[in-house]
Amino acid sequence: MVRPQDRKFVTADPEKCIGCTVCEYACSMTNEKTYNPTKSRIRALRLGPLNNLAVTCRHCEDPACIAACPRDALSQEEDTGIIIVDENACNGCAWCISACQFGAMMMHPEKKVVFTCNSCKDQPDGPQCVKWCPEEALSFVSAQQLAQKSRLSAVKNLFQEAKEKTAEAK
Amino acid sequence: MYGYAGRVLRVDLTTGKTRVEQLNTEIAKKYVGGIGLGMKLWLDNSQAGVDPFSPDNPLILTLGPISGTMFPTAGNGHAFVSKSPATFGIGEAVAHGTFGAEMKRAGYDAVILTGKSEKPVYLWIDDDSVQLLDASHLMGKSPAETEDAIKDELGDYYIRVASIGLAGEKLSRIACIINEKTRAAGRTGMGAVMGSKNLKAIAVRGTRDIVPAKPDEFMDMVKEFHERMKGPATQKYRTLGTPENVLVHNALHCMPTRNYNNAHFENAEKVSGEVLNEKFVAKIIGCSSCAMRCEHEVIVPEGAYKGTMTRMEYETLWALGPYCGIDKLDAIIKGMELCNYYGMDAISAGVIVGFAMDCYEHGILSKADMGGVEANFGNAEALIQILEKMGKREGIGDVLAEGVRIAGQKIGKGAEKLAQHIKGLEVTGYDLRCLKTAALGFAVSFRGADHNRHGAYAFDVKGKVDRLKAEKGRGRMVRDMEDTYALIDSFIVCKFSRGTYYKEMPDMAKLYSLVTGFDMTPEELKKAGERINTIARVINVREGLGRKDDTLPWKVMNLPIPDDGPVKGAVVTQEELDLLLDDYYTARGWTLEGLPTTEKLKELGMDDALRIVEGKQEA
Repeated sequence: MVRPQDRKFVTADPEKCIGCTVCEYACSMTNEKTYNPTKSRIRALRLGPLNNLAVTCRHCEDPACIAACPRDALSQEEDTGIIIVDENACNGCAWCISACQFGAMMMHPEKKVVFTCNSCKDQPDGPQCVKWCPEEALSFVSAQQLAQKSRLSAVKNLFQEAKEKTAEAK
Repeated sequence: MYGYAGRVLRVDLTTGKTRVEQLNTEIAKKYVGGIGLGMKLWLDNSQAGVDPFSPDNPLILTLGPISGTMFPTAGNGHAFVSKSPATFGIGEAVAHGTFGAEMKRAGYDAVILTGKSEKPVYLWIDDDSVQLLDASHLMGKSPAETEDAIKDELGDYYIRVASIGLAGEKLSRIACIINEKTRAAGRTGMGAVMGSKNLKAIAVRGTRDIVPAKPDEFMDMVKEFHERMKGPATQKYRTLGTPENVLVHNALHCMPTRNYNNAHFENAEKVSGEVLNEKFVAKIIGCSSCAMRCEHEVIVPEGAYKGTMTRMEYETLWALGPYCGIDKLDAIIKGMELCNYYGMDAISAGVIVGFAMDCYEHGILSKADMGGVEANFGNAEALIQILEKMGKREGIGDVLAEGVRIAGQKIGKGAEKLAQHIKGLEVTGYDLRCLKTAALGFAVSFRGADHNRHGAYAFDVKGKVDRLKAEKGRGRMVRDMEDTYALIDSFIVCKFSRGTYYKEMPDMAKLYSLVTGFDMTPEELKKAGERINTIARVINVREGLGRKDDTLPWKVMNLPIPDDGPVKGAVVTQEELDLLLDDYYTARGWTLEGLPTTEKLKELGMDDALRIVEGKQEA
């Protein structure tokens, strides 16, 4: 049994993401056998030249999408946190889409049911967007690992600043 | 059908009618896509001698067979083709970003825009739905503002927009078409042609599937090229970027400075790629599907131009900087932002400012003529003021917006000799006096002075030939590079990725075959490259251009390099130019007047072009 804080999800580093959309191409080819961003489970967004970020499902605990679904079409896998869509039960009402804070729930343009990131669980080498990202901006991590990473870089920066200040004082 | 969408969209702006036609597959195979397909469609849809601003001059937007796929750099390009208001020959310009991929997903290989709308409009392509919408509220807006406004009013953030600024609306001959705020189809005045049709913007949303003919093998090739793009072939673009050229060219004394008065800039250190990266580059971003990224986004952190943000490349930095004798990077960056704001080709804009400064220093233009601007070389404030005047076409800016050739003629008093252009298109950042392979490439380039039609400077700059010597053999070198460059712009892949095609033609032929499912051999592909250059020549012949126009700017042939150093005294003489031209035409299998022969056209399967050149070949 995997604890919720150990569930892995795909996340993008805003410092590294450049909005090239390679993740969208890799995702749609892997999952839908086509190059079509509207069928990708991860979407890159460029707010301006400097502000780029790819966003997908974060496999939240107590997901808002599931709570919002009036037809019980959504469920969450215990171990992975992946949101499973029962395509027979979903009628495309889009309540889950408005409930998700990350825009990670999307309407499939042909099936007219929602879809979201499945962590490429059938792929032996994991999420394909992570594998293909040319900037290594994407990673498949748990919240624990993400916190450790942030903590490490924060502390490193702190010591770097301290060093610089000491150098300046001299 | 794979690779190609199989559809061509026709939009008649006069009647507002739109129509979808089938793509002629034979033509597509022969001319590949991009500029090749665009030039063929332009030739077949226009009459000889058409005025560039006439409603009868079609503006053609094309995508390539690789567009919309995941192939690195190949998925994202688009090209505009029309008769150029700058050269009065064939005009074309390519841009990258995300617009091209979106347009391909909407299901078109080309859009043929004809006629002229009564009122300002923009074209909204939403997959199969095509509409002309009112654009009167967008007039005067910059391309970036136009893009935001259109996304807002159509309510879709993923809409991609290519639009013109005030320069295009006012038919400036250096107007460009900009997508995603900083990507420009820059050269040959395509934005003015768009403006002449009262077309402010093209907005597109495409949601169709793109599937290559052989997906598994294709993905293997994509993987291979992703690896190559992380290697040495693209290192320059990923690190310092093209502004690295500033110090390289300056050391070789091949950086035209102060409107070609010098070939070396004493303050180059202040405007180098190194300084740009250290002090101004905020982030390097990439286009759709790219695996290397090159777009250096700069921000001015302090001073009078604080907060100015734009993309910077060598050519534009050179034109707005050393070419005007300016050594202040923040002002150069501001100048670049202004060019994007008004929608002007920043290469041409900088060369025009350099020209105006030269006229001012020669006393040909007075302070009164300049509207009170003290237009000495090196005056950074003057650069900004002149660019503003050009963007708005106010005062002297109205004349300068015509480009240096026409401005030189209008100003007179010897200004013609200070106008550094070929076929009416302003020069780029390579001093042709000491780069003689490049000089040939520039002279014969079908769109006028430009490095992007052949890249022949590489032989000179890298020392593969004696750059000061004009000799036989350079014709073949230029020809082969031209063929490759025409294919790059027809596929459309990015020129910055050219080094990753280790085996040039075999790699490109394999890519084409895997995407389209049509078997393409390297030999056939090479022939297609030749065919694309030949059709450009045929068009220029039909529009009245010939050997007399395959020439060099006045200073390149009359003002030897004065700077002490490795190339002092270098110049290109008429004899040298003639030798180079003869060699090139011979290598191409053309007559010495630069006309494709009947045999050559038949060999290339271009019988339909015979009627244009026959009868002229002997003259």
